[in-house]
Amino acid sequence: MLDSKIPAGELSQKWTKYKDQLKLVAPNNRPKIDIIVVGTGLAGASAAASLGEMGYNVKAFCFQDSPRRAHSIAAQGGINAAKNYQNDGDSVYRLFYDTIKGGDYRAREANVHRLAEVSGNIIDQCVAQGVPFARDYGGMLDNRSFGGTQVQRTFYAAGQTGQQLLLGAYSALSRQIGQGNVQMYNRHEMLDIVKVGGKARGIIARNLITGELERHSAHAVIIASGGYGNVYFLSTNAMGSNVTAAWKIHKKGAYFANPCFVQIHPTCIPVHGTNQSKLTLMSESLRNSGRIWVPKKKEDAEAIRAGKLKPTQIAEEDRDYFLERRYPAFGNLVPRDVASRAAKERCDAGFGIENNDTQEGVYLDFSSEIISKGKQSAYAAGNHNPTDEEVIKLGKAWIEEKYGNLFQMYQKITDENPYETPMKIYPAVHYTMGGVWVDYNLQSTIPGCFVAGEANFSDHGANRLGASALMQGLADGYFVLPYTVSDYLAGDIRTGKIPTNTPEFDEAENSVRSSIEKFLNNNGTKTVDHFHKKLGHIMWNKVGMARNGQGLTEAVREIDELRKEFYRDVYVPGGAYELNPELEKALRVADFMELGQLMAMDALQRRESAGGHFREEYQDAEGETLRDDVNFNFVGAWEYGGSDINAETLHKEVLNYEYIKIAARNYK
Amino acid sequence: MASNKNININLKIWRQKDAKTKGKIETYKLDNVSTDSSFLEMLDQLNEQLVNNRQEPVAFDHDCREGICGMCSLYINGRAHGPDTAITTCQLHMRSFKDGDTIYVEPWRSKAFPVIKDLVVDRSAFDRIQQAGGFVSVNTSGRTIDANATPVPKHDADRSFEAAACIGCGACVASCKNGSAMLFAGAIVSKFALLPQGKVEATQRVMNIVRQMDEEGFGNCTNTGACEVECPKGISLENIARMNREYLFATLK
Ligand SMILES: Cc1cc2nc3c(=O)[nH]c(=O)nc-3n(C[C@H](O)[C@H](O)[C@H](O)COP(=O)(O)OP(=O)(O)OC[C@H]3O[C@@H](n4cnc5c(N)ncnc54)[C@H](O)[C@@H]3O)c2cc1C
Ligand code: SF4
Ligand code: FES
Repeated sequence: MLDSKIPAGELSQKWTKYKDQLKLVAPNNRPKIDIIVVGTGLAGASAAASLGEMGYNVKAFCFQDSPRRAHSIAAQGGINAAKNYQNDGDSVYRLFYDTIKGGDYRAREANVHRLAEVSGNIIDQCVAQGVPFARDYGGMLDNRSFGGTQVQRTFYAAGQTGQQLLLGAYSALSRQIGQGNVQMYNRHEMLDIVKVGGKARGIIARNLITGELERHSAHAVIIASGGYGNVYFLSTNAMGSNVTAAWKIHKKGAYFANPCFVQIHPTCIPVHGTNQSKLTLMSESLRNSGRIWVPKKKEDAEAIRAGKLKPTQIAEEDRDYFLERRYPAFGNLVPRDVASRAAKERCDAGFGIENNDTQEGVYLDFSSEIISKGKQSAYAAGNHNPTDEEVIKLGKAWIEEKYGNLFQMYQKITDENPYETPMKIYPAVHYTMGGVWVDYNLQSTIPGCFVAGEANFSDHGANRLGASALMQGLADGYFVLPYTVSDYLAGDIRTGKIPTNTPEFDEAENSVRSSIEKFLNNNGTKTVDHFHKKLGHIMWNKVGMARNGQGLTEAVREIDELRKEFYRDVYVPGGAYELNPELEKALRVADFMELGQLMAMDALQRRESAGGHFREEYQDAEGETLRDDVNFNFVGAWEYGGSDINAETLHKEVLNYEYIKIAARNYK
Repeated sequence: MASNKNININLKIWRQKDAKTKGKIETYKLDNVSTDSSFLEMLDQLNEQLVNNRQEPVAFDHDCREGICGMCSLYINGRAHGPDTAITTCQLHMRSFKDGDTIYVEPWRSKAFPVIKDLVVDRSAFDRIQQAGGFVSVNTSGRTIDANATPVPKHDADRSFEAAACIGCGACVASCKNGSAMLFAGAIVSKFALLPQGKVEATQRVMNIVRQMDEEGFGNCTNTGACEVECPKGISLENIARMNREYLFATLK
């Protein structure tokens, strides 16, 4: 049943040879074929543009007012590619290896190798489109390094790489829209998939302005709807990010894989209070210059929280640089999952420094860097006897040159000056490695329904390395789907237009309509956000950075109860046939409730620690993760079993590592 | 140090049921707003209060809430994106206001951006300008020349990036007394004009973009510079000058 369709043959030749065998659709036949693309982030926009350009009839959907606003726009750091422009020994194999290792050996080798192979083409493509990547003075592309690697393979455009890449894909998409090859449906939300004869043949979408339910048919449907981090309510994701499209196809037969794999990013601005709506990421690059600490003494932490002490008043010997203490080799540069857990451990032990109801937060301190860089600058300028003031002034200038933007952003949000006082940071939900299960063709278990980008589970295993999500989104859309979708569609050139006045479309539309009506007539007493926050609370506390069997069992039950209460007591104002943001939220939270429970169940069955999934029962004497490669070397793919989520069935795709030797990850 | 206190405010908010219905300003009182909240979190809080009182919440656009998607808008006390300069509304915090303040909140007002509901407007005209020419006509095959085969002087790449930083929010149009889209369109033209990749179709591009801009009903630019002042991304008037130059060359050809 669960056939990953990995082609046979030598790893490095698989994709090349496979492409030669895939079936094609001749150019004159492509206009007879319709394709729906849900989502216009990096994955969706690149797929829609490429397929439109090939000559297929494409309909693309997004819930924002323009494809340019997809969540991909927010990515800061950069995009990886094995170009070896820096001559530091990078290669396709090394990118492949780092990605597999970074993912804690829970990703599929063949997919990851393909990703590494096409990474170079992505950069060529984007540059040809006019994406203004950073350049060096010789006019060549510049690179930087990112966590978890020893080479400089990350291409970037200041702190706005996602924006520039998305604008590149958006411009390619716009060109196709202008030429009439792609029809764009802005402010439309897909609320169900329509299957005919077992195959994906269309969707039901709600026009978010008029509230009208629309039927759209196609020969294939591509879901590129992004990740589900907002199940936690607070995350670094954009407010609209949701799981609905992915969840709706799950309910109609697409397996959902590894839902418990969630990446928590260590350097976000902590929660300021109960009215907070989202969290902001501070780029990981800051960890290159900042030292992370909390007070050594509990009294000091309490005094800081009470506002009686300032961090600058804590003497050097009273500070606990806990990452440097625990991981002397990597120090502040340990991978994301390791850094996040260590911060949580200190805050749970009562050393958190944030003065609010959560008391969570640690310091990211630049004062040592300011002094050391200030001295260097003074010496470089020939001043071998600088005063303290001179050193500090020069050091601040160095920091400003390098991180000015980020420091400004931090100051805007917190009203604190990070040049004078250490930044406060705390881990936050950032990215979801789990998603819809797809085979090598990126096809889900529903024939004709493909899934791309963060919405699918492939490529990142249990932990994503920085700068790899953007790469995957564009690889899927520009270079994988055009081949694999064509192969699937080759059987459809005589099918003709799929009619929408059929029982299957009636059925799907009616079920969407009835769930909308149910919400609007419910007349409960509590807002949608009330329930979303409660769900987020359970998720963060029991399915968050560290999980244990007892907490997960409780979470399954509590979410189940919350879901019942939600349907009983939620109040959704307004009508069905108008712009109604509360209704939009209600429909999304309904799906988050079911997903949240499945995440807890998935975490419960995975009795090991891997990457972003840390089970407290499975750690070594020093508090490090213990993977179980004998019993859990698989992708856990769940099959929907009806409205009782407990009835989901787990299918296992065993991961065979043929080319990489599995080893423990160690950062000591 | 963070201010961390609560204030009470009065809100005067534009309410409009839909595109066809006439709108009007409604008054609301909101207590206990944390000065650490962003302006949009304050609106969330208002909506929570409205829904709990069985009133219709206020519709407004937003998504990333970190100043990059360009989705949030709002005219606040008569200024695009509120009292601060060079920020989006999601980056505006309540510490910019005082206890007891009255705050006026209105949608972008421009002929080319019709109101959809309350504070939400239709900015799809920007997409159509982009579709008219905001691209390089290269196939998405990845089989282009190696990315380093065409060197780009750092200075040009940096300036192209600065123009490309436009988030398409529409504050420039909203703050212009003529409702001109020149800053937005100029940013698109510039980002390509500065790169070798964009040179080949430069003539066609600027002609198409200008034509589309006129068709969408945006006003003329009379160089008042209000757009530059309110632009959250510091897109400079130079881009308008560059577009004018490009257009002049194109028409002379
Ligand atoms: C703050 C931040 C910084 C990051 N930085 C980096 C980085 O430096 N490098 C890196 O590689 N990755 C980074 N990431 C991760 C990366 O940005 C995302 O994983 C990636 O952009 C996801 O792209 P996508 O195309 O899959 O989805 P998205 O960009 O999320 O797009 C989803 C699309 O689906 C649409 N959609 C969703 N549901 C529906 C529906 N039901 N109906 C219709 N349309 C729908 C949306 O409108 C949108 O168009 C970062 C993430 C965050 C949050
Ligand atoms: S030019 Fe500035 S104000 Fe105008 S749309 Fe772009 S970012 Fe917004
Ligand atoms: S919400 Fe994205 S820029 Fe304000």
